Amino acid sequence: MKESISTSVLRVDSRKKIRGEAEYISDWKFENMLYAKTVRSTKAKAKITAIKLPDIPKDYYVVDRNDVPGVNRMRTVVSDHPIFAEEDVQYIGQPILLVVGPDREIIYKIVSQIEIKYQEEEALFTLEEAEKRSTVFTDYNYKKSDPKKAFEQAVRIIEDEYSTGYQEHVYLEPQGIAAEYKDDTLFVYGSMQCPFYVKNALLETMALPEEKIRVVQTVTGGAFGGKEEFPSLNGCHVAVATHKTRQPVVMIYDRDEDILCSTKRHPSITRFKAGLDEYDQIIALDIDVLLNAGAYNGLSPVVLQRAIFSATNVYNIEHLNVRGRNFMTNLVPSGAYRGFGAPQTIFGIEMMFQDIALILGIDPLEYKMRHLLKQNDPTCTGGSIHEEVKMKEIVQKAVEQSDYYNKLKTNKKYQGIGISLFLHGCGFTGKGETLIKGKIILQKNKDVVILKVSSVEMGQGAETVLPKIVAHTLDIPIEKVIYETVDTGLIPDSGPTVASRTTMIVGGLLRECALEMKARWDEAETFEVSKIYKHPDFLHWDDDTFHGDAYPVHSWGANVAEVEIDPITYELTIKKITAVFDVGVPIDERALIGQMQGGIVQGIGWATIEVMKTANGKLIQKNLTDYKIPTSMDVPGIDCDFVLNPYEFGPFGAKCAGELSFVGSPPAVAAAVENALGKPIKDIPITPEMLMEIDNDH
Amino acid sequence: MIIEFTLNNEKVKMDVEPTMRVLDLLRNDLGMSSVKEGCGEGECGACVILVDGRAMNSCMLPAGAIVNRSIVTLEGFKHTEQFKVIEAGLLKAGSVQCGFCTPGFVMAIESLLNQNPDPTDEEIKEGLSGNLCRCTGYNMIIKGVRLAIEKGAGLW
Ligand code: FES
Ligand code: FES
Repeated sequence: MKESISTSVLRVDSRKKIRGEAEYISDWKFENMLYAKTVRSTKAKAKITAIKLPDIPKDYYVVDRNDVPGVNRMRTVVSDHPIFAEEDVQYIGQPILLVVGPDREIIYKIVSQIEIKYQEEEALFTLEEAEKRSTVFTDYNYKKSDPKKAFEQAVRIIEDEYSTGYQEHVYLEPQGIAAEYKDDTLFVYGSMQCPFYVKNALLETMALPEEKIRVVQTVTGGAFGGKEEFPSLNGCHVAVATHKTRQPVVMIYDRDEDILCSTKRHPSITRFKAGLDEYDQIIALDIDVLLNAGAYNGLSPVVLQRAIFSATNVYNIEHLNVRGRNFMTNLVPSGAYRGFGAPQTIFGIEMMFQDIALILGIDPLEYKMRHLLKQNDPTCTGGSIHEEVKMKEIVQKAVEQSDYYNKLKTNKKYQGIGISLFLHGCGFTGKGETLIKGKIILQKNKDVVILKVSSVEMGQGAETVLPKIVAHTLDIPIEKVIYETVDTGLIPDSGPTVASRTTMIVGGLLRECALEMKARWDEAETFEVSKIYKHPDFLHWDDDTFHGDAYPVHSWGANVAEVEIDPITYELTIKKITAVFDVGVPIDERALIGQMQGGIVQGIGWATIEVMKTANGKLIQKNLTDYKIPTSMDVPGIDCDFVLNPYEFGPFGAKCAGELSFVGSPPAVAAAVENALGKPIKDIPITPEMLMEIDNDH
Repeated sequence: MIIEFTLNNEKVKMDVEPTMRVLDLLRNDLGMSSVKEGCGEGECGACVILVDGRAMNSCMLPAGAIVNRSIVTLEGFKHTEQFKVIEAGLLKAGSVQCGFCTPGFVMAIESLLNQNPDPTDEEIKEGLSGNLCRCTGYNMIIKGVRLAIEKGAGLW
């Protein structure tokens, strides 16, 4: 019998990576190559009054906004970030100019001699200040049913507020990018998730015709959203530099520079007002989401959309009033990070449910289960849950495997157990997929099949999973399926590698192509099958009213966390995580477990040790010595299990997975800490200082 | 200053600034591109090499410190029996995702097993705690080490 699609295969890229033979952009060499270093703002908000340059030696160049041939703005959802600063700067770390040349030591010397004069202006940094001064970039609102009336009828109203902090991606390979001209075509190479985003940004900034630009992804050492929009900025930097110097230009950030200027997860505040009926059921919610977007809006509007469309999580609340605001502050722009706004609001609502249940004296899990969404229920935006909801089965597994109730009873003080329920909307929000209209090509070349997609390998396994879908469909060995390097000159735009859409959307298209190819296999030695994404007809979405199916389908899960707190130092130890997911059908179980465990640990990091704060617009944690991410010593044993729930439109029944993995562990850990101390947790990261304060506060 | 050392069992003699980082020397002057820079401050382990058989962060080592010592990078280590066993373990356990941390882990695993051929899981965790991985959550790397130990009994 043929093996199941879930049976694991060896990763296509692992051997060369284990042997140290994978070539990341920092390993690339170009003839006559120049290095570039960015000179950045040291002020949070200021007018630039003068830039004094030292004598620039021969073969060295200063590149700034005057060298930009086209538009000096980075193209993204809101194209507001200047490629190089103009009259003013809005955050510490904002790029002003580049120094470019053959010897890095000399470049550093020139950089140290550049004097920039500023006239400082009053800046603002926190969400609280921003709210007071109404520096709103985006203000969204949607309603369901009649929240006003429902609140009038409610017998009890409970209000609360939850906050989450920054998170730095810490992809282990820092940002790196290079550019060169070959004849008169501009090539940009680098570590990135979305080569076509970079290309579209270059089109405007370089004012070159489409066929004169090629963007090529190089082996990418982790991304997690951090290489979604950012490479459009540094990509334009090296492109302008190569345009000026006519030599190849390479720019690799060191870790400090990377942390200083790259995007981060949006700090957030989520406020809830819950209206309860006489049976303690939540009938109405008023939710107010505040995100700190930093100095430029960029793609924050779409992050905010996912945040507010995920704000009711797995629960069916009849009456809703949901508001979301992105605030401008003078901090480094926030951006995409695994989960894309949803982890913030899901943390909030999970804690709210837990806290209300405790106030009412009801078991939190039971209270959550009472509000659970079922198939055909309306979503928060008035769409429909089209898929079967297997949360009961998921929760039962998680409870049994972790021995949840038993431990809940027998845990002593400073030992805790907590559970989170969660979902993730698969693929782009709203009309996203119909706007992108992903296109893919499958090419038969004798006994080999070539796969042309713009979904990149960035560690998540696309280079294995996508060929596997094709190989499995065609009944040929995976070695016979070639995944082509993503080069925008040679590959169609099947959309960016984001939103957990690669397996489900791009893999789904590949499966369709492969089925057609299989039927026509003997037709010719070489031929091509191509498909363009079509949104299923039953999905409806209105972008103006935010009404309809925000997502075609969801993946679901439950996490149980077990913790222990040291009663003297208040150090928090995560003892164990039990995780159960419904991702449709796993395409490769081992690869999937790798994704899930990695996401869970990132979530634990965000909830506990990953503290990043600012003082007067400066990051206090500037490097990996100050900003700690989990090490092998910090991670618990993680049990991962799956509940099968095939999705009709996903390849072999697969749904989304990559981001789902992140969402559950933060509220599970926080719930376990609440259980350990018997006090509510309202903010993450949870630090020992905070625990000490909470425990001693009577 | 002229320094001499062995790199992957070959003698090297070169004129360097004594304060230059061994990381740069290896990557830029000697083409050892398996040695990665993840932080440049001794926190991530992506730049781990073996110095006289022991794992060290090459970003924290000045060139002056390796005089007359034996340096091994993955370029040399990948030809050994020990490597093959470690590789097989990591492949089978699915220990690799983005791979940027992997060369450093391979060298750190070799150093760990050199010193302790039969570590407990806790000892593995401790032995690898200087190497950061942001992708895997470590469980599958530890499993890869376990598999290597089982397969390579007697090698270390
Ligand atoms: S680069 Fe040496 S420890 Fe990170
Ligand atoms: S595999 Fe990406 S950092 Fe370890």
